[in-house]
Amino acid sequence: MTHAAVAAAPGARFKKLLRRKDDHGGSPKLSPLWTFVAWLATLAFFAPVAWMVLTSFHQEADAATNPPTPFASVTFDQYKLLFSRDITPFLLNSAMASILSTLLVLALAVPAAYALSIKPVEKWTDVMFFFLSTKFLPAIAALLPVYLIVKDAGMLDNVWTLVILYTAMNLPIAVWMMRSFLAEVPKEILEAAEVDGAGLITVLWRVVAPVAMPGLAATSLICFIFSWNEFMFAVNLTATQASTAPVFLVGFITNEGLFLARLCAAATLVSLPVLIAGFAAQDKLVRGLSLGAVK
Amino acid sequence: MTTLTAPPKTAPPRARIRKSSGISKWKRRIPLLPALIFTIVVTQLPFVATLIISTFQWNILKPGDRHFVGLSNFKFVFTDERLRTAVLNTVVLTASVVLISVILGLGLAMLLDRRFVGRGLARTLLIAPFLVMPVAAALLWKHAIYNPDYGLLNGTLNAVYRFFGADNGPTVDWISSYPMPAVVISLVWQWTPFMMLILLAGLQAQPGDVLEAARMDGASAMATFRYVTLPHLRQYIELGVLLGTIYVVQTFDAVYTITQGGPGSQTTNLPYEIYLTMFRKYEYGEAAAAGVVVVLGSIVIATFALRTIASLFREEVSR
Repeated sequence: MTHAAVAAAPGARFKKLLRRKDDHGGSPKLSPLWTFVAWLATLAFFAPVAWMVLTSFHQEADAATNPPTPFASVTFDQYKLLFSRDITPFLLNSAMASILSTLLVLALAVPAAYALSIKPVEKWTDVMFFFLSTKFLPAIAALLPVYLIVKDAGMLDNVWTLVILYTAMNLPIAVWMMRSFLAEVPKEILEAAEVDGAGLITVLWRVVAPVAMPGLAATSLICFIFSWNEFMFAVNLTATQASTAPVFLVGFITNEGLFLARLCAAATLVSLPVLIAGFAAQDKLVRGLSLGAVK
Repeated sequence: MTTLTAPPKTAPPRARIRKSSGISKWKRRIPLLPALIFTIVVTQLPFVATLIISTFQWNILKPGDRHFVGLSNFKFVFTDERLRTAVLNTVVLTASVVLISVILGLGLAMLLDRRFVGRGLARTLLIAPFLVMPVAAALLWKHAIYNPDYGLLNGTLNAVYRFFGADNGPTVDWISSYPMPAVVISLVWQWTPFMMLILLAGLQAQPGDVLEAARMDGASAMATFRYVTLPHLRQYIELGVLLGTIYVVQTFDAVYTITQGGPGSQTTNLPYEIYLTMFRKYEYGEAAAAGVVVVLGSIVIATFALRTIASLFREEVSR
């Protein structure tokens, strides 16, 4: 049997695996009244976000009116002001901390997930639950020792400190998620490939990778979201050089008094990457948030 | 392709580990080690340090006065008025946020489980609050919504009052008048989508034939919900409650931003109190002791959470 045959066989299986099982015979329809209720609730929940985006396109004078003036003229001034007021370094720090930590998480989590699913070590469930248990320890209890260690090491106000902490914060989520994806690699095909003497690289590339790729994408998005939004470590461990976007947000309020439209522009801007990532990963969001427990 | 046309019955992974030599055992362990060692070093060692610091009298404003005091910091933690308030606030905050978001999330999930015009769009819009950066969300609620002069809440009330001929609406300072509800509502807004997603996944995993059978037997919608859907959803509700509790107990951003724990200490929760002890009072020993108590409390909650996840996990593995 050639490698091509090994690779062709999974194709059909994957389609079956990937077919979503939640379409249980076409779910019942909502009556018009309940459709109205559903949309009312949706709009109520979305209203603050809509208000934030709308205000960000207004002049300060139109933003702070009572009663509100949603139809005031639209302007990009607030965004221009933000960039001229140097939001850029903060965004870059955020991008660096989240992207580097996500890469580090994947580099650690993918091999670990492999050793927890495809070639499982002994007592692999115990290892899984060890990883998970670390997620349940409150970060605030670690803040003091982390602060003291980081201070002693001269690593305060350094993006790499955040990279390390965010990696530790997201590693359990990534291990659990990647394991749940790798567990879907069909065992019989793995075994067949091995019987046929396919090398490790071939097996990884032809059999494991096609199943693991969507999982990898979803896992990185989840890790990115959590690192990008993190505030407590960022505000307490950075000062001027390594501060991230959330630190910019709180700092800019206390320094300059209140500019509501510009605040909304800043809030929109810093939330945008996560909104995009989250919408893109919608289907996988719940799997990540429940640590792979719910599909 | 004979091996594929008659695939061997998939055995659970545990059974696939044959008696193997020490070397091949270690070969299996190698890919796991970097992640394991990293996690132990970065997450476990700080807690050992916390435990040690918690037995010291240590205030950096009094240099040279660092000495071992045994359990007296814990005595302080359990008798301090502020900390007791913080514990109570944490319980109130967490319980109300989690309960309200689960109930709202369940309602939304049940609506979104049915087909209706624009269901996909509605789902996308509904998860937006969860994706807005928590600090941004807190600032948005504080300044754009609760602000007494030009916040959306008073602004809308004012517009409604004027519409009905009154001169002016009420001017309520929401955050000072209702500090805890103000924080709770902003957090409920962020966490409801999380609950909705988990419960929606639960509803959609419900086998259709059972619902069909219930309908055939003439069960009312209420009865079907009470006796079929709710028992099925139970483990998903538990999961949502427990994960939500784990995250909401740790709330720092919202308290820091919206109320700074005030007025007085009306909204100071444990994470914020520990932060104050650390970076305002500089009482490292007391902060560490409070941290240890928080960890012990979390372990109790986590035990329940892990049990729930373990039962879902076993189901998945044996499938």
